[in-house]
Amino acid sequence: MKLKWISYPYIVWMIIFILLPLFLILFYSVTYNTSEGLGFTLEYFQRFFEPIYINVLWRSFKLALVSTGVCLLLGYPMAMILADKELKNRNVMVLLFIIPMWMNFLLRTYAWMTLLERNGILNSLLGLLNIAPKDFLYNEGAVILGMVYNFLPFMVLPIYSVLIKIDKNLLEAAGDLGANSATTFRKIILPLSIPGVLSGVTMVFMPAVTTFVIPRLLGGGQFTLIGNLIEQQFLFVGDWGFGSAVSVIMLILILISMGVMGKYEKEQEGGGLW
Amino acid sequence: MKKYFKLVLFMVVATILLAGCSGGRETLTVYNWGDYIDEDVIREFEKEFGVRVVYDEFATNEDMYVKINAGGGNYDVAIPSDYMIKRMIDEDLLHKIDFDNVPNYQYIDDQFKDLGFDPNNEYSVPYMWGTVGILYNKTMVDDPVDSWKILWDEKYSKQILMLDSQRDSIGITLKMLGYSLNTKNTQELEEAKDALIEQKPLVLAYVGDEVKDKMISGEAALAVVWSGDAVYMMRENPDLAYAIPEEGSNLWFDSMVIPKTSKNKELAEKFINFMTRTDIAFMNTDYIGYSTPHTEAKKQLDPSLMNDMAAYPAMEDLEDCEVFEDLSSSASVYDRIWTEVKAK
Repeated sequence: MKLKWISYPYIVWMIIFILLPLFLILFYSVTYNTSEGLGFTLEYFQRFFEPIYINVLWRSFKLALVSTGVCLLLGYPMAMILADKELKNRNVMVLLFIIPMWMNFLLRTYAWMTLLERNGILNSLLGLLNIAPKDFLYNEGAVILGMVYNFLPFMVLPIYSVLIKIDKNLLEAAGDLGANSATTFRKIILPLSIPGVLSGVTMVFMPAVTTFVIPRLLGGGQFTLIGNLIEQQFLFVGDWGFGSAVSVIMLILILISMGVMGKYEKEQEGGGLW
Repeated sequence: MKKYFKLVLFMVVATILLAGCSGGRETLTVYNWGDYIDEDVIREFEKEFGVRVVYDEFATNEDMYVKINAGGGNYDVAIPSDYMIKRMIDEDLLHKIDFDNVPNYQYIDDQFKDLGFDPNNEYSVPYMWGTVGILYNKTMVDDPVDSWKILWDEKYSKQILMLDSQRDSIGITLKMLGYSLNTKNTQELEEAKDALIEQKPLVLAYVGDEVKDKMISGEAALAVVWSGDAVYMMRENPDLAYAIPEEGSNLWFDSMVIPKTSKNKELAEKFINFMTRTDIAFMNTDYIGYSTPHTEAKKQLDPSLMNDMAAYPAMEDLEDCEVFEDLSSSASVYDRIWTEVKAK
């Protein structure tokens, strides 16, 4: 393929900001400093397979999977409501969904802290009903809540954009041929919406499995996820080798899961935001 | 060939454009702990010296060290603590300060000069000092707070806030176990690790500066804090009290230094001298609540503060307290312990 002049800035951009950093991470993950120069080592990768870090990996995947599941359960019906052609003011509804995303993600997460605290707004409301204060903050539930809240739009929008494109004649035809609404959903709407669901799942799962701000703020630093582990190695401990090795492992796992997703998606029509 | 030439040309132009963004007034870059200065002081320095100050914050000494060691930031002045200053001197990361340019150094109390981490006082000018202790809410704690062991008491499960800082958290655990907080003994460190893991279910959260909001609003009963923050929090909420446990604690000094990343050492020295001027030193200590080593600024403080054990403890009461020493090669053991405690 012949490259056009106009594509050079993008190529330079990709080299500087994508390829070079990736190469550096790979480089750091297999080298160590000695007095005679650099040496090759696989020690960092080996260290990751200690039970304590496997446990961190497991916890990250577990929380991300639960969040993705909850997002799907909440998001699919929401997308169907939005895509309903009878719906009035649809644009307003979609806008209401998008507006919170214009606000900074950190601010919104901090706001949850004030809501969930022991003396926070939620507990004050419960207090009015004479219910003893509960610990909402600093547990796994709070972390999952933070993930679901922040990533839900990434589930709803791809599904919505696929559902809205479904030919309404298909649904009418199904009705004419005697299918009730449950059968129509099962045989027509659901299969046709799979591409949207897949990109929704990917777009929620990826940020959820790598997030480090949400467990820090809403989990009180007690639930170390893979993102926290990487952050800690780079910012506080200065063990760039181990941090890079964890990043590489994470990258490989994400590539594998994307490959699996892509295999399904290829058979369908691509949909959503990708 | 032409294709590559254009590519190179583009990169050159981009570099020049990016580099050209600075310029104009002289710039001073300061790297300090979060919430650790009266911000009016920065504006006053800018006005008085006609320069621009870029002010950055860090949360722990390790955080700061990693960034400066990686060569990022071009910092002119940083304010790390004792053991970290020692480490930076040993690793040749600091400039010697020309004390002829810092005449206000004469106001620093002699007991804060020539300290162990900088024995001939060539690299650092003291900024603040203090201790680490337990801040507790008198309405929620009815036991006497005189030992670190109270942080391991199941009665206060989910009422305890720990510092998200490895040296401090491991340090107080070692003190509780009766060891030195500078130990390099693997056996003692293993015990500290086990104790921290055992304590984890009782901890509400590992926090940084959020501890202030949490304790003031009564979210938790006990918290490990630095003395100056304790003074500030007790001022905001009179139910709070501060105690230095009997086993001893950490006595620390934060000092101003000039990292080798500095490109304007002279301006950095002007800034350090400015920070040590009596009115400015007073503004800072009055605003942030930490204890000043500045003799003249201390005289201007509210006399009641002098009797406050949290703000100005008598040095003879601090006999069991230790100053952190640089751990050199054992630092990685501490890193690993903290990573494992947090990952558990």
